[in-house]
Amino acid sequence: MSWLPKSPKARRRLTLVAAIAPVLALALGLTLWGLRGSISFFYTPSQAAAAHPPPGRSVQLGGMVQMGSVAKHPDGRVDFVVADRTARDKVSFQGDLPDLFREGQGVVAVGAFREDGVFEAKQVLAKHDEKYMPPDLEKALKAQGEWRGDGSTPDYAKAQPAT
Amino acid sequence: MIAEFGSFALVLALTFAVVQMALSAAARVRRSAVLAAAGEGAAVASFAGVAIAFACLIHAFVTSDFSVANVAANSHTEKPLLYKVAGTWGSHEGSILLWCLILTGYGAAAATLGRGLPRGLKALMVATQGALGTVFLAYTVFASNPLTRIAMPPVEGRSLNPLLQDPALAIHPPFLYSGYVGMSVVFSLAVAALIEGRVDAAWARWVRPWALAAWSFLTVGITLGAFWAYYELGWGGWWFWDPVENASFMPWLMATALLHSAVVTEKRGALAGWSLFLAIGAFTFSMLGAFLVRSGVLTSVHAFAVDPKRGVLLLIILGVTAGSAFALFAWRAPKLAQGGLFAPISRESALVMNNILLAAATTTVMFGTLFPLVREAMGTPISIGPGYFNWTFAPLMAALAIILPAGPLLAWKRGDLHGVGQRLWAAALIALGCGLLAYALVSPRKAFGALGIAIGVWLVAGVVTELVERTRAFRVSAADSWRRLTGLPRGAWGMTLAHLGLGVFVLGACAELGWKGEAAEALPLGGALDVGAYHLTLETVRPVEGPNYDSERAMIRVTKAGREVCTGEPDRRFYPAGGQTISGIALCYRGASHLYMVLGERRKALDGTPVWLIRAYWNPWASLIFLGPVIMALGGLTSLSDRRMRLGVARRRAAATPAPAAAKEQPA
Repeated sequence: MSWLPKSPKARRRLTLVAAIAPVLALALGLTLWGLRGSISFFYTPSQAAAAHPPPGRSVQLGGMVQMGSVAKHPDGRVDFVVADRTARDKVSFQGDLPDLFREGQGVVAVGAFREDGVFEAKQVLAKHDEKYMPPDLEKALKAQGEWRGDGSTPDYAKAQPAT
Repeated sequence: MIAEFGSFALVLALTFAVVQMALSAAARVRRSAVLAAAGEGAAVASFAGVAIAFACLIHAFVTSDFSVANVAANSHTEKPLLYKVAGTWGSHEGSILLWCLILTGYGAAAATLGRGLPRGLKALMVATQGALGTVFLAYTVFASNPLTRIAMPPVEGRSLNPLLQDPALAIHPPFLYSGYVGMSVVFSLAVAALIEGRVDAAWARWVRPWALAAWSFLTVGITLGAFWAYYELGWGGWWFWDPVENASFMPWLMATALLHSAVVTEKRGALAGWSLFLAIGAFTFSMLGAFLVRSGVLTSVHAFAVDPKRGVLLLIILGVTAGSAFALFAWRAPKLAQGGLFAPISRESALVMNNILLAAATTTVMFGTLFPLVREAMGTPISIGPGYFNWTFAPLMAALAIILPAGPLLAWKRGDLHGVGQRLWAAALIALGCGLLAYALVSPRKAFGALGIAIGVWLVAGVVTELVERTRAFRVSAADSWRRLTGLPRGAWGMTLAHLGLGVFVLGACAELGWKGEAAEALPLGGALDVGAYHLTLETVRPVEGPNYDSERAMIRVTKAGREVCTGEPDRRFYPAGGQTISGIALCYRGASHLYMVLGERRKALDGTPVWLIRAYWNPWASLIFLGPVIMALGGLTSLSDRRMRLGVARRRAAATPAPAAAKEQPA
């Protein structure tokens, strides 16, 4: 194999590059491929209203569970409203809510909007810690001037459900 | 009084850590044995100080001294004793103290046990360990002292989060931290070697026992965490690619790579620079994990109540410690001697390939964990789902698993791929056959699950092949084979066990992921649902009073084809102290498989009768998921007990053969 470099050091380097390059290419390709379906954007209801994610696209919806909006059905389905100051979204979820899910508290729902505008949640995250606020949500609420410090309940969460 | 005594001991420990750093560094500069011994003494004293502080904190928890802020926030008089003690490390402050205890413990152990190390290297290692101790103890004393008093002690504490009141989680942090922080010794040895400018076979030999011990602890720690998540969170899963899980997994991957590259450095003197890089990287990832978990920058299902100011401090510690170590590496590593050469087909190459794949896997996990942070800084928060990790991590690990059985059969320097192929064809056939059978016979038909089964069987069959080769079974007499088998060095057994454990884990993980069954329904009393081949009937639900909770307990009768197989009693507990409700699951073991039952909320049906949300999962071979890592950790411990690992032996060997020690234990 005359095309190989003569020095053993250079040869070793070449072999190493030959071994690393395909793994690197594989890892990079897989990363890009894996990212396609797995990235989900985070919205509060008003951000979602502005960005208008297409139905079926996986997103995260964060906000406060509006007081009095939680309706638990006998078949295990739960409907509730997630709100921030200016907008609110109906969320429908089939399954067992996290133990710390409560009205007036911050939640993050993972799922997608349906054609009819209702958010179909595959997963609902509330925290072990009742003081906890997901960082994304905290930041978004702070940006909207809604932040009242740990554990306080924003007024809009106490509002009666619209219609 | 006792809390103040503990605080004082903690400050004393910090002082001793500074002294340890200064004296040991001076010992290296002056080449003074007296100063070195004093530095080692300081290391032991620092450990003693932290141990006293830790004992004081345990005392405060056990006696429910609510004038200590940390106890008031995390304990309760009605909590069982085990969880009072475990509450010591259940909070941020307490767990950082545990971190310091283990850090100084390793420092003291390295100072007293490492008699065989060259004096200069050892003094520098003790000094580096002292520097780490100084940084973390200073952080503890000034920013997160767990023994701080509060002016108005409450009558009752706020109690530990009930999810954390669990035996597995009580012992999970000590194991995990012993693993995380064990990497600090490896880190210190790497820094010391870089300053000395000499990395040889002997260095690799000294690093391996520490890396092995830390790796074994970390393996057990991660497994305990996964097991806790499995049966405590009630989601039916054991790994969620959650940032906090990834934070514990990345140092593990790095340590695994280091264990393999250190073998090459030890036996052949090659890859010295890379081993150093991994040694620094492993502890860097440990510290990164500590930062990620405590700073609250990531949305995670596991979290401490966090304080952003502390996060910044931890980030500074991480930046300074890792930054200076990597700078030192960039400066000194190019001057290190290059090791022996090897052919593209050789055991060295197989181990290099292992390292490339593990490094690539670590990078993809790191990217998936940190990329959301980058995007958040740019103003568009995103999250990366488990799909990303399944697509990136699993194929890289599959590639690793496919080359793994060939590695131990290849000879050093120049291997014979044809010969390895001849030895492994039976294993390959068995693996392929099992995969095809799984694809054809198990319903529903799952291609990825079957592929996973094939890979798992390939790993296990590869281990058997390796044992057959080592013992020359079927070619020499049975007695001779037995003699060879019992004569195998423990290091070899350790590797065999670790690889077997990986195979067992892959089998369990792939069966569980591929053929998991799930059912959820709101059931009235007497109602039933089906999951897998099982029929579950909700018999009764009755109230039960626990030591510090009230609960509802269901009795679920499980039948298969009309025959009763077991009853499950999942419960749903209300903890009045913290106002929390959590679900306790019930497991019904069917061989290695689990039937997993969760009692959910009580609701009212349309006609007013109560119904309960019952969720059930059929998790085939789920026991293997947790058994595999335990076998791996046993392998690590077996390897650790090898007499060649003992430092004195290493020195005598190194003294006898100054060149890289020849590899003679392989019949190959």
